[in-house]
Amino acid sequence: MSDEPILKAEAVSKYFKVQGRTLRAVERVSFELGAGQTLGLVGESGSGKSTLGRVVLRLLEADEGKVVFQGQDLAKLSGRELRLRRRDMQIIFQDPLASLNPRMTVGAAIEDAMVVQKIGGSAAERRQRTRELLERVGLPVSAAEAYPFELSGGQQQRVGIARALSVGPKLVVCDEPISALDVSVQVQIIELLRELQKELGITYIFISHNLGVVQLLSDTVLVLYLGEVVERASAEGLFQRPAHPYTQALMRSVLKVPEAAEKRVPLVALPGEIPSPLSPPAGCPYHPRCPLAADRCRVEKPELRMVSDGHMAACHFAEEAAIGGVNGAAAFGASPELAASS
Amino acid sequence: MAVITAPGAIAVRTPRHHSQLWLAWRRYKRNKLAVTGAVVVLIFVVIGVIGPWVAPQNYAQANFLYANHAPSLRFPFGTDGLGHDMLSQVIWSFRNALEIAFGASLVSFLIGLALGLWAGLRGGLADMAVMRLVDFMFAFPNYFLSLFLVVAMGRSLLPILLAIAIPGWAGYARLVRGLVLGMRNGEMVEAARALGATQRHIARKYLLPNVTNSIFVAIAFGVPFDLLVMASLSLVGLGLRPPLPSFGNMIAQAGANVLGYPWLMYFPAAIFAVILLAFLFVADGLQEALDPKAGEGGRVPRSRRLLQIARGRSPAVGGARL
Repeated sequence: MSDEPILKAEAVSKYFKVQGRTLRAVERVSFELGAGQTLGLVGESGSGKSTLGRVVLRLLEADEGKVVFQGQDLAKLSGRELRLRRRDMQIIFQDPLASLNPRMTVGAAIEDAMVVQKIGGSAAERRQRTRELLERVGLPVSAAEAYPFELSGGQQQRVGIARALSVGPKLVVCDEPISALDVSVQVQIIELLRELQKELGITYIFISHNLGVVQLLSDTVLVLYLGEVVERASAEGLFQRPAHPYTQALMRSVLKVPEAAEKRVPLVALPGEIPSPLSPPAGCPYHPRCPLAADRCRVEKPELRMVSDGHMAACHFAEEAAIGGVNGAAAFGASPELAASS
Repeated sequence: MAVITAPGAIAVRTPRHHSQLWLAWRRYKRNKLAVTGAVVVLIFVVIGVIGPWVAPQNYAQANFLYANHAPSLRFPFGTDGLGHDMLSQVIWSFRNALEIAFGASLVSFLIGLALGLWAGLRGGLADMAVMRLVDFMFAFPNYFLSLFLVVAMGRSLLPILLAIAIPGWAGYARLVRGLVLGMRNGEMVEAARALGATQRHIARKYLLPNVTNSIFVAIAFGVPFDLLVMASLSLVGLGLRPPLPSFGNMIAQAGANVLGYPWLMYFPAAIFAVILLAFLFVADGLQEALDPKAGEGGRVPRSRRLLQIARGRSPAVGGARL
């Protein structure tokens, strides 16, 4: 881990115009990410996590704030410079089939990434590198001749990973890379991502609504609600002492594999729905669903503040919430195997 | 680390790899009607090309000594009131039908492709303008527009071709625009952008290969449709100017004499019907072969699709009306 962060987001905001109104998809999000580390982004659908991932890669333009990658403000790059810089930052998609060209074989898709970046040497060398990549992600070399639809979901995602790796990225945004996969396959893909990180020192931004996976993979976690960061902490700190009522509610709503009766925490669905980002509530955005909400929350918007060492939360009652929160967070994980292996 | 072990290699269940064309041909072959149709269409094209050299007589050659002869060895399809050999007329009609139907489909497709691509890629005002024009074209009866154009431009080969082609672009434009629009914001294009691909690379390697199949199918449905329009122009007396032969002309003239000289109707009408059906079967087979995923959700059964076409609606080009 180096001291200089590889990626820095400073008060990044992204707004969409929807029928004349402004949708605040991401609002003033800041974070720093050291090389080789993993940042987890969690939140419900519509919380802006995927949008943030795309703004970081400048697949979407930020409306405010800036993203500094390897000491370079991405917004200042020309179209050509940005295309060149993309070899350092890649993305893995939720739906691997949709992200692959149905008219290109797996081999052609991976080679095309190198062709676009003008790397990998001659055509024969690119083919050789494609074979190596396929083997590295656990696919047989013969898969190069297959079309994406001929593969299973897990295999397709391996192709997506191989394609992202082919250009030698330093940063990879994983946008819900396992949500579309079978549970058994999820574990394999996560294991692959972890191995690759260890081997190649890649920095990840891991977007997921699966809290167990985020806990397993992340060093730092951002919890997003309506485009804003409501809690930021180390993965360990967050899952042991969640300070924001929203984070606690998210944790209580996760289904777990049956465990010993005394350790069982009742399963509680998150009350209500995420409000429309077109008309966010006044005061704290979470107050309509929050069990701790007081009058103050309806009027005054809580700022992100330090609640304990390195642990930030945007809640007026973070200290109280932390005490009454989820106890025994160690029991928390997608499945016992995942927890055991971490 | 001990608990999870990622398997080293996973078997891929595709022992034989084939080109997409080969896979499409395999799917096409399964549809016997489509194969039969393809044979008939092939015969039609061959006769259309070599017809003028094998026809026993020139289409314009009248022989009043042999007017209104019933089918015989010398005149297998009989002769009409001016003594035209009907077999020669039919063979020459192949050539005209071939030129007009393929030519008109190509012209409407090219207009539609250009406008559709422009609208889909540009978006905004361009999209708005093109699509309102498309709406207008769909609201306006194409057949009347064709009639106006014939009246304005004349009745020889090229004007008729254009009169059929010009009203037909709207369906193609909408199809192409929709396809482009659907992919432009999709993950495939986003992934290509994330790799650093230029717009041109994306259009050439990602967009174009994914629209060709749908376009091919639409054109295949468009050809028999244009044949039908061509014939129906003749029925109201605004088709190819005689003595240029066409199926529509022959059928229209035969209609007047159907009681006295029914063979004038039998042969051209039957052959025309067979050709139309053959084209439809081919188009249908192509759709199944090239676009196998397109039909899965809410697929219209084949019989129903053919019925739609018979009623003058082309399902492939967005319900364009006759």
